[in-house]
Amino acid sequence: MTATFERGINSFKEVLDAPIASFFASCVHCGLCAESCLFYTETGDPQYTPVHKLEPLRRTWFQEYTLLGKLAKAAGLSKSVTDAELAAWEPLVYDSCTMCGRCSMVCPVGNDLTYAIRKMREGMAAAGHAPEGLVTATTRAIVAGSPAGVKWVTVQAQIKHMEKQFGIEIPVNQAHVDYLVLMSSWEILNYPEYLGAVSRIFKQAGATWTLSEHAYEATNSGIQIGVSDLARELVGRIVKAAEDLEVKCVISPECGHAYTAIRWEGPNLMGRSFGFEVKHILEVIDELHASGRIKLKGTLDKPQTYHDPCQISRRGGVYEQPRKLLKEIAPQFREMKDTGTMNWCCGGGGGVGANERAEPLKLISFKRKKAQIEELGVDTLVTACANCRVTIEEALEHYHMDVEMLGLTELVADHLEENPS
Amino acid sequence: MSALELLTWARGPGLALALAAGLFGIVLRVFEIQALGRKGDLATARTITPGSGWRTILSRSLPPPGMFQRAPLTYAGGYVFHVGLAIAVFGFAPHIELIRGLFGVRWPGLPNLFVDAATVATIAAMLAVLAGRLMDPVKRLLSGFGDWLAWTLTFVPLLTGYAAFHHMSENYTLLLALHILSVELLLAFLPFTKLFHVVGLFMARWYNGDIAAKKGVAA
Repeated sequence: MTATFERGINSFKEVLDAPIASFFASCVHCGLCAESCLFYTETGDPQYTPVHKLEPLRRTWFQEYTLLGKLAKAAGLSKSVTDAELAAWEPLVYDSCTMCGRCSMVCPVGNDLTYAIRKMREGMAAAGHAPEGLVTATTRAIVAGSPAGVKWVTVQAQIKHMEKQFGIEIPVNQAHVDYLVLMSSWEILNYPEYLGAVSRIFKQAGATWTLSEHAYEATNSGIQIGVSDLARELVGRIVKAAEDLEVKCVISPECGHAYTAIRWEGPNLMGRSFGFEVKHILEVIDELHASGRIKLKGTLDKPQTYHDPCQISRRGGVYEQPRKLLKEIAPQFREMKDTGTMNWCCGGGGGVGANERAEPLKLISFKRKKAQIEELGVDTLVTACANCRVTIEEALEHYHMDVEMLGLTELVADHLEENPS
Repeated sequence: MSALELLTWARGPGLALALAAGLFGIVLRVFEIQALGRKGDLATARTITPGSGWRTILSRSLPPPGMFQRAPLTYAGGYVFHVGLAIAVFGFAPHIELIRGLFGVRWPGLPNLFVDAATVATIAAMLAVLAGRLMDPVKRLLSGFGDWLAWTLTFVPLLTGYAAFHHMSENYTLLLALHILSVELLLAFLPFTKLFHVVGLFMARWYNGDIAAKKGVAA
């Protein structure tokens, strides 16, 4: 369907609900959300104040759904949202917001601004004001099956590579297994060791699992750009594969928005609950470890810290599991000052990483994470999101920082006891 | 109209009108919000969660770790203003007497000296946050007519109340009438300005806490 301004405004009207209305009605313009947003703290530019990013959506609500707003509009005291205004807001809604949710934890009146930004993107995309990079990634995801254009043959090549490296067969299209494992584009292209790590962990745990050639990609650009129809199409592929194979659980990879897409938005996009569970890989590893199905040995003997991926920790609730695992294998683990559900974003989530135009701003915003790393004095950073990992690795290179990045799943696999009793 | 007639009107029909307008406005605003509805969440919520909507209603009254240091004026000014205003409004014996007359409930008043000090602190805090709003680029960007109106609607009752209490004018009757009228303006406009947050924040905090709690997070 062609994007038009009218469609955008209609979409704004459709997404406005009681929670968003209560947020707009309660805002006291205190500006504290700015102090929680790394795009403001690292630039000092007030336009990056989170609630300001929602202004066109707020005015639509005011004029359409409040008596005072209708009167103000009729009297010419409240100007209507224009297409030019939406165009001007595009960099605020996409380039300078990773939907990390930190502002939602800070607002004194309780506004979940991230919830509103996610909804506002629906209207922005419908009006044709989404960044080119995200539009291209979403188109590739629909047409080719992956936002990075990764095809099944690429996955097959990585499967062979990992099977050769670790000597463990990687099952494909197996029905009636415990787990359907998904990957993100970055894991397929940059970190195939993740797949090898999963195969090693499941081998020791004795868990049955599979990949699916019809649903290997977990990244959901539809969520990031804000087009629910496309997000539904992408989630639907995973749901169909999981149901066709009759698996018990679908595992979201080390990717933040993928987890949000399949775990929290998935059932709502599909309009029904799933007949299978959805878990993040860290939840599964923690369960296997807690039940004694995997045993760990050895330690990572250097100071290191954990970067909480926003969608997994603050917006996903998986923040204790990585710490329990790290406690076992990393005695020199140090917490950052702001951590867990109050962590600072890497700066590349929410589609910012796929938006070339946002690159300079993304690097500036990384100064917050840079300061956190330098304050701790660690030289190793562990995380559980491939997108965070790519963002941070690129920024570390840019700032000439000698810090090693590790994926937690791989780290766990590297510390598996070889012959557990 | 003489000062006494004005005071009589303010205490009688004026107060009734203001209360009616305020109540109507609050009901209308709550209806406008709730009429928009909320879709049910089909994602399976976590069974064990540290959060809830009710928890966030309370917990969001405290600054999250590190935030006070980032915005000390906003937080300190906000606390002094809100606590001071509550003391001035609900701790002053004549106010309690008025509430008893209207609603039949009463509680012990605070010493006048204490209420007076709290009022001065509240006025000072309001001037400080006003200066902050004028100087801070973020607050300036967010501010519009409604912000200045809300500040004025809140400040004038404090100022006139303080002036009346200290008999700063020979015409005490007029001062008292102006104080009551300014409170009535505040009540009537409350639902239609950002002062509505006194009601709205309970909904906003609850929704926020509920959304996060389903995911296992205490927001």
